Amino acid sequence: MAFNYKPYIREDKFPNIWCPGCGIGILMKAIIRAVHKMGWKREDVALVSGIGCTSRMPGYVNFNTLHTTHGRALAFATGIKHARPDKHVIVVSGDGDALAIGGNHFIHACRRNIDITLIVLNNMIYGMTGGQVSPTTPAGYRASTMPYGNVEPNFDTVNLAIGAGATYVARSTVNNPALMERQIKEGLQNKGFSVIEVVSNCHIQFGRRNKMGDQLVLRHWIKEREVPLRKAKDMSPEELEGKFVIGTFVKKTRPEYTEEYAKMVERVKGASK
Amino acid sequence: MAKRLEVMSGNEAVARAAIAAGCRFYAGYPITPSSEIAEKMAELLPKVDGKFIQMEDEIASMAAATGASLAGLKSMTATSGPGFSLKQENLGFASMVEAPVVIVDVMRGGPSTGLPTFPAQGDVMQAIWGTHGDHAVVVLTPGTLEEVYLETVRAFNIAEKLRTPVVLLLDEIIGHMTGDVMIPDDSELEIIDRPKPTVPPEEYLPYDDSYGDVPPMGSYFEYPFHTTGLHHDKTGFPTTNPVKCGALIERMLRKVFGNREWLEKNVEHYTEDAEILVFAFGSTGLAAEVAVKWAREQGIKAGLLRPLTLWPFPEKRVYDLAEKAKAVVVAEMNLGMMIREVERAVRGVTPVYGVLKANGQPIEPPEILAKIKEVA
Ligand SMILES: Cc1ncc(C[n+]2csc(CCOP(=O)(O)OP(=O)(O)O)c2C)c(N)n1
Ligand code: SF4
Ligand SMILES: [Mg+2]
Repeated sequence: MAFNYKPYIREDKFPNIWCPGCGIGILMKAIIRAVHKMGWKREDVALVSGIGCTSRMPGYVNFNTLHTTHGRALAFATGIKHARPDKHVIVVSGDGDALAIGGNHFIHACRRNIDITLIVLNNMIYGMTGGQVSPTTPAGYRASTMPYGNVEPNFDTVNLAIGAGATYVARSTVNNPALMERQIKEGLQNKGFSVIEVVSNCHIQFGRRNKMGDQLVLRHWIKEREVPLRKAKDMSPEELEGKFVIGTFVKKTRPEYTEEYAKMVERVKGASK
Repeated sequence: MAKRLEVMSGNEAVARAAIAAGCRFYAGYPITPSSEIAEKMAELLPKVDGKFIQMEDEIASMAAATGASLAGLKSMTATSGPGFSLKQENLGFASMVEAPVVIVDVMRGGPSTGLPTFPAQGDVMQAIWGTHGDHAVVVLTPGTLEEVYLETVRAFNIAEKLRTPVVLLLDEIIGHMTGDVMIPDDSELEIIDRPKPTVPPEEYLPYDDSYGDVPPMGSYFEYPFHTTGLHHDKTGFPTTNPVKCGALIERMLRKVFGNREWLEKNVEHYTEDAEILVFAFGSTGLAAEVAVKWAREQGIKAGLLRPLTLWPFPEKRVYDLAEKAKAVVVAEMNLGMMIREVERAVRGVTPVYGVLKANGQPIEPPEILAKIKEVA
C-alpha cells in the first residue's frame, strides 16, 4: 500500500521551490515516513532549519516549523528542546549551513548530547546561492568560487560528529531512500544527539559545473562512490579516498542534556526543602 | 507595603527582577561586565523550574533564547559590547518573528575588545539600529539600582505585550554598583503576559493583524505554526507581495512607535523652570542629577531630563523643555551619539552642547557643572 503523505504535507504551499529532480524532496519524504513510524503526533514535532535550499523544507511539512538564520538552526532548536524536553525536535541543514557557518553549533550540540536529530543534506555545494564551494566539495571539482577546481580539503560529517560526541551517527545517500528512512527513525529513537548525513544531488549548481547537469548522471556518480560500511572496514584509507561510506557508525548511550538538567533541578529543589 | 531592603549589585538586581517578572529561560555566554547576570540566573532558575544554558557563543545564546520564547517561555540573554555585536543578526530574527526576548547589554569601553572593565555608553546606536533592515526595538536605560529592578520587570512586560525584543541597556558602573535596593513584593508588581490566541489551534494564524498591531501569540506545540525570518504574511509563510511586505514592516514599526505614550518614561528634576536643560541617561544621568542640584545651589536654573525609555526617543518632551530653555547640555560616555537625537528633537530652537567622553572614565558631576556654568 502506498504511503499517504497527505496529512503531513502543506499542499497549498506547492509547487515547492526546488529544481525538478532535486534530492531534497526524497529526504523530506523519508523524514515524514520515519516520523509516521514513530507514531508521534504532528503537533508534538518541531522541524527547525537554517538557510539554504535544504532549509526550505519546514515550509512544506505540517509540524511546528521554524526557518531561522544561516547556520543557527541547532542553537534555536536547543532553546526549543531545553524549554520543552517532552517534545520532539528535528533539524535539517545543508552542508554549508551545518558544517561551515554552523560548525560551532554542530560540535557543541554533539558534545551536549541533547536529544535532537540533525539531518545534514550534503549536496557538496552551496545550492541556494549559486554553487559556491562548501566544506564538502570534493577535491578538484569546480564551484563558482573554485573555478579551477577545489583545492581545499573536506570535512567528513560522520567523523566530525563522532569526534564531538554524537550518540547516533549514520550516512546514506539519495540512492537509498529506504535506508535513509531507517537511519532517520533510529536517530529519532535515540535519546541523545543524532547526526544523519544524506549525500544528495544538486545537479543544477554542482552537477552542471562538473559535467553532470542531469540528476541521473549525478546520482549515478554518487552511486559509484558508495561503499557499505562492512566492506569499507577491509579497505585502506587510500582506497576510501573520495568514497561515501554508507551505514551506521555509532549507536551508543551517554547521559542526555535535558535529562541531566532535570536531575539537577530535582537535586537543587530537594536540597532547598 | 511589603517591600524589603536588600544589598545587591545592578547585575544581581537584573537577575532577581527577571525571575520576579516570570523569566524562565536564560541563554548566555560569559563576558565582563555582564557575567554576574548569567551566574545569578544559573543559580536561581533551577529553583523555579526554569532553564539556564551557557551556549557556545552569543549568536547561539540569542538563538536559543528566541527558540525558547517561541516554545512559550519568557526568556532573556545578557552580554556586553563584543557579544552584543554578535547577537545582532538573531535579534533581527526575533524582531521579525515577533518573539519577546529581553537582551541586556552592560556597556563597556569599545570598539572591539576595548576596555573590558571600564564603563561606556557607546552602544546606544547599536542598541537602536544594530541589526540590519527597518525594525523597531525598545531600549530602556535605568540609572539607580531600584530602577534597574523595576525597569527589568518593565522590559519583560513590554517585550511580552508588544511581542518584540527589548534591550535593557546598562553600563559597567550600574552593573557593578552595589547598594541597598528596595525590592517590591512580587504581589505588588504588574506582570504582563503575551496576548494569547482565543481561536482553536487549527484556526490559529501567527500574524493575524485583524487583532491589531500585536497579533496573539501561541506557543509551539500548543498552537503549531510556521515562521521565518523572510518577509511573511499573516499565516507565517514567505511572501514577496509588495503590499503584504510593506504592511508587515509598517505594522512592526507601528507596534513600537504607535505605543510611544505607553512606553515613554522619564525622570525629571527641576525642569518646570529650567533655563539650562541637561539630558543624560544611565549612570551619567545620576552624575547629572548631582550637577544640576549644585547648579541650583549656585543660583543657576538648571534642570535634568533623564530618560528611562531611550527608544522610542522622548522627542516631544525634549522639544517642549528645550523650547523654554536657553541651552541644552547633553552628557554621555561616547563622542556624540544621543546628542544627535537631542539635536534632531530640539530642531534648532535652542543651542545644544555636549559633555562627551570615551576614555573609560565616568563623567563626573563637576564636568557637567562646568558646562552648565559655561553656557548659562
Ligand atoms: C549570515 C548569512 N550569510 C550568508 C548567507 C547566504 N547564504 C544563503 S544559503 C547559503 C549557503 C547554502 O548552502 P548549504 O547550506 O549547503 O545549503 P543548500 O542550499 O546547498 O541546501 C548562503 C551562503 C545568509 N543567508 N546568511
Ligand atoms: S539548486 Fe541544487 S540543491 Fe537547490 S533545489 Fe536546485 S538542485 Fe536542489
Ligand atoms: Mg549544500
